Amino acid sequence: MATDTTTETPAAPAQTEVDHHHEEHLSHLQHHFVSSEQQFDSAKLGMWLFLITEVLLFSGMFVAYAVFRQWHPETFSVASQTLDWHLGGLNTVVLLASSFTIALAIHYIQKGETMRSFWLQITTISLAGVFLVIKYFEYTAKFEHGVFPGAMFDPHGTAHGVDYGALASYAYAPQFFSIYFVMTGIHGFHVVVGMILIGWIASRTYRGHFNSEYYTHIELSGLYWHLVDLVWIFLFPLLYLV
Amino acid sequence: MQLNTITDLNMGDQGTFWLPDGASTIAPEVDSLFMFVTWVSTILFVGVVLAMLYFAIRYRRKSPGDRPQPIKESKILEISWIVVPTILVLLVFNWGFKSFVKMGVAPPNAYEIRAEAWKWNWRFTYPNGTTSQDLYVPVNQPVKMKMSSQDVIHSFFVPAFRVKKDVVPNRYSQVWFEATETGNFDVFCTEYCGTAHSDMMATVKVVSQSEFNEWLESGGGATDDMPLPELGELLYEQQGCQTCHSMDGSPKVGPTWKDLYGKPNHPMADGSTVTADEDYLKEAIVEPGAKIVEGYQNVMPASYSSLSERELAALIEFMKANSQYAEDGSGS
Amino acid sequence: MDSATKGAEVGHEEHHDEAHDQNYLQYEPGIWNWLTTKDHKKIGIMYAVSLAVVFLVAGVLALMVRTELVSQGETIMDADTYNQVFTMHGILMVFLFLVPSIPAILGNFVLPLQIGAKDVAFPRLNLASWYVYMIGAIMTCAALYFGGVDTGWTFYTPYSSTTGGGVLWMTSAIFVSGFASIFTGLNFIVTIHKMRAPGMTWNRLPLFIWGLYATSIVQVLATPVIGITMLLLILERTLGIGIFDPALGGDPVLFQHFFWFYSHPAVYIMILPAFGIMSELIATFSRQRIFGYRAIALSSVAIAMLGFLVWGHHMFVSGQSAISSIIFSLITYLIGIPSGIKVFNWVATMYRGSIWLQTPMLYALSFLFLFTIGGFTGIMVGVLAVDVHLHDTYYVVGHFHYVMMGGSVMALLGGMHYWWPKITGRMYNETLGKIAVFLIFVGFNATFFTQLVLGAKGMPRRYYDYVERFEALHQISTYGSYILGAGLFLVLFYGLYSLFYGEKASANPWAAATLEWTNVAALPDPHNFVRTPLVTRGPYDFHLADEVFGGDGMGDGATKTLDVPEPAPAAPETAEESSKA
Repeated sequence: MATDTTTETPAAPAQTEVDHHHEEHLSHLQHHFVSSEQQFDSAKLGMWLFLITEVLLFSGMFVAYAVFRQWHPETFSVASQTLDWHLGGLNTVVLLASSFTIALAIHYIQKGETMRSFWLQITTISLAGVFLVIKYFEYTAKFEHGVFPGAMFDPHGTAHGVDYGALASYAYAPQFFSIYFVMTGIHGFHVVVGMILIGWIASRTYRGHFNSEYYTHIELSGLYWHLVDLVWIFLFPLLYLV
Repeated sequence: MQLNTITDLNMGDQGTFWLPDGASTIAPEVDSLFMFVTWVSTILFVGVVLAMLYFAIRYRRKSPGDRPQPIKESKILEISWIVVPTILVLLVFNWGFKSFVKMGVAPPNAYEIRAEAWKWNWRFTYPNGTTSQDLYVPVNQPVKMKMSSQDVIHSFFVPAFRVKKDVVPNRYSQVWFEATETGNFDVFCTEYCGTAHSDMMATVKVVSQSEFNEWLESGGGATDDMPLPELGELLYEQQGCQTCHSMDGSPKVGPTWKDLYGKPNHPMADGSTVTADEDYLKEAIVEPGAKIVEGYQNVMPASYSSLSERELAALIEFMKANSQYAEDGSGS
Repeated sequence: MDSATKGAEVGHEEHHDEAHDQNYLQYEPGIWNWLTTKDHKKIGIMYAVSLAVVFLVAGVLALMVRTELVSQGETIMDADTYNQVFTMHGILMVFLFLVPSIPAILGNFVLPLQIGAKDVAFPRLNLASWYVYMIGAIMTCAALYFGGVDTGWTFYTPYSSTTGGGVLWMTSAIFVSGFASIFTGLNFIVTIHKMRAPGMTWNRLPLFIWGLYATSIVQVLATPVIGITMLLLILERTLGIGIFDPALGGDPVLFQHFFWFYSHPAVYIMILPAFGIMSELIATFSRQRIFGYRAIALSSVAIAMLGFLVWGHHMFVSGQSAISSIIFSLITYLIGIPSGIKVFNWVATMYRGSIWLQTPMLYALSFLFLFTIGGFTGIMVGVLAVDVHLHDTYYVVGHFHYVMMGGSVMALLGGMHYWWPKITGRMYNETLGKIAVFLIFVGFNATFFTQLVLGAKGMPRRYYDYVERFEALHQISTYGSYILGAGLFLVLFYGLYSLFYGEKASANPWAAATLEWTNVAALPDPHNFVRTPLVTRGPYDFHLADEVFGGDGMGDGATKTLDVPEPAPAAPETAEESSKA
């Protein structure tokens, strides 16, 4: 082949006919995707990556927990006993149930039973609400006795056989409760975000935006909700049961 | 501002092109390792750059239509430049690791000196209770520093000894060295610690064992019979007052001490004024946060509350000796 | 080939017309359309403008630092101001410039074009990334307004828990802008996995894509950790939760572990895409298939992974256990090896090529020179015993400027020149370009090589003032920085000039063989490709790339204005030439 080809007709930049393969242009298909399958796969991979970042966010706090527990095992054991494992356990059951309902919601939308899926999404939100209410009672029970995160930590009094005042003699008890409040607080924030997210999805489901062919948003919200659940599964034993 | 002559770059007797003079037992090891890595790097670097320049000239584009044949990849070549650097770095690692371990373990006969760091000074305390602002050590004697910080992280660095260690609040850190030459060497703080970080310097004075003993027995130069203003001047340096308070009237981190004693209408941050009498000055030293002078931050450490009455009196006498207001008949 | 030609002819005609009717810059003009655009190319340009402003500000701060240090004592500012100035220089350069730089500007612009996609996988997320970044930038300004930051870019506790009014805003700014980084990384990974054109196998991905892919992995995995670190620091200052501050029972060394767990991998966020650009430049301007394609591609991923295991080498003198230091040191060396492989492979790529010394290639050669020094000094500070002496001195400052500025910024500049015709449709001034490279190269070495020497001699970093014996070297460094600054301002000047008066570029002025040059008009279509390309060869197979040689753009890209040559007037020339012969 000649090297001095400046004057020749350009050779063919290779191209495909892919663009003409759009049999029917689906309403939910964004212009830069070739097919719904590609769009769905991309969204799902994106969601998984996002969940990885979430795991790493929480793992930072788990490391802080592990380090301080290693240094002050006794304090952590005493402080952890002031947490009510009954309430924590109940919350675990509530969240597990909510994970189950959102999984069922995905199952039914796949089968095309839109309204059933809708009501399961509503159930999930309600269970999340129950979780937060229980959490609220747990927090206020602590605040009443001066158990605050950080500098305001000033434990006093007893309640239900728990001697909060005794915490004052443990030098690193504030650290435990700082970690407790930060971790459960950030987790609680994720629960709220999840409720808003699923609420939005539910309203779209109700308006019939999803069907057995297209339910990406529900599936992805479900993945997110499972993560929120999973984080709690780790938090519960580490904070309440050690 | 003028650029010094190029000979100054070599710093005269201050060491080689790269490194300052070494004055500790560990320094020659570090230096030879440094120079080894430098030379190996230089050889490889020159090789890469020469190859690059040679190719750039030798295979320069001759016409826009050049279509060079692709060259075959060579497995041997690729493997060799994985294996050879690996061997080199492992060699260097092994060497550096041995010296590092040696740096970490103080000999059992090491002489122990405590170092305290705070914004922005050092105080060295010797086994007999003597304290000093400069570090005095005997030559050819391993010295172990036990260091603590009162506020933020500092770092103890003596370039001539090739040692460095962070001084972390709430824990003790250790470093040891054995000086091999007498003389004065710089101590720098190398962990950024705020406004006067670069002024947080001290001097290591390496002296012979007998001189050291003499200095130590005199309690770092006996202070008991010293007249108060002189003791004050000594404390001004030893306690690190000079880092933040000048004696020439210029403002540093804190207000100057020149003409401070007895100064009327000394303005405070809250708008009030005080007369800088003895009571005020004593309070300002012992409880620095009580009144803040206008235009300055509340940054003075509270550690000076441990000064004795005699020492406080000495500092105030020292200020008095340097103040134009002293004659105005205020106080004793 | 013949049968394909006819089809391509038709495709080209369409292409040709559309290039007249609409290119991405003319498409949907107006400020509102720009601010709501989902076009990855426009978002890339928006990032370029924002980052150029940040770079300018941070660069001026650097010149102020150097000017202050030109002589002992106070030169132009007091100690507190100086501390704020070097802190802002570091924070702006690291978090708001270097981390986003290459991925957000050139990655955004080039990635979909190079893999034959119409856009990134999540265009809206891409736009959100820019907005989040801008919020971070605004919060940075707020930090300055509320009392400034003087912690150094590392925010070491307990100093950062106690000082300055702006620290809270600054840490929040970094927390927020971290999301911008995550969005970009996440988007790129999905795009590379799911949006490649038919025939674009993993082995045919341009190496810039491999670099971006490795970068994105680090962004997604490391950034959340700086997020939680900053969040804990914020809570420490607001609620006093006592994780890091020893006054509250926390541990300052734990903060350093957290901080470097992100900030060391962040170094690879900055350098890995630069490696990618290097491969593009060297292959294109040597017109040679890259030597050791697989080694370069995989070593990027290897560096990304190993990069997570070496953070402790920032802490050899911090009081972490000796065992940890030893392990971190060993792994650090392992990272040196893939970096070395790349350098050797790039040099080998030039062997028997056809080397065209245009400005981008000069940047690439400068990169090889400077990055190699950066790499070797990196080995030096990884040597345990030697690092004890060099830690927190100007040697470290010199080292990371050689890697970050001599590496990342040189690659970014080279890449900007290389893709400039594709982004703006115009050529820059080649002569001024070469002068600027020369100034930058000389100025850079004068500035930072002296700093290596200063550091080895014991000059600690972040010093407002210094003892007399360091003065001569500081002066050279400062004068060098003025030359460096002059070079960079020259680039700014002729870049802006070329936007308005530059000669029109052709579709492929460098005769490159990747898709953005061969299958896209001089100024790309709003949707990149009129037809999705079919990839039939590797990205650097110049010997197979007939379309490269058939196209125009063999010269400076200056003589021809259109992307498609017109055969008719060309024919007589050939006749003339052949008759001469």
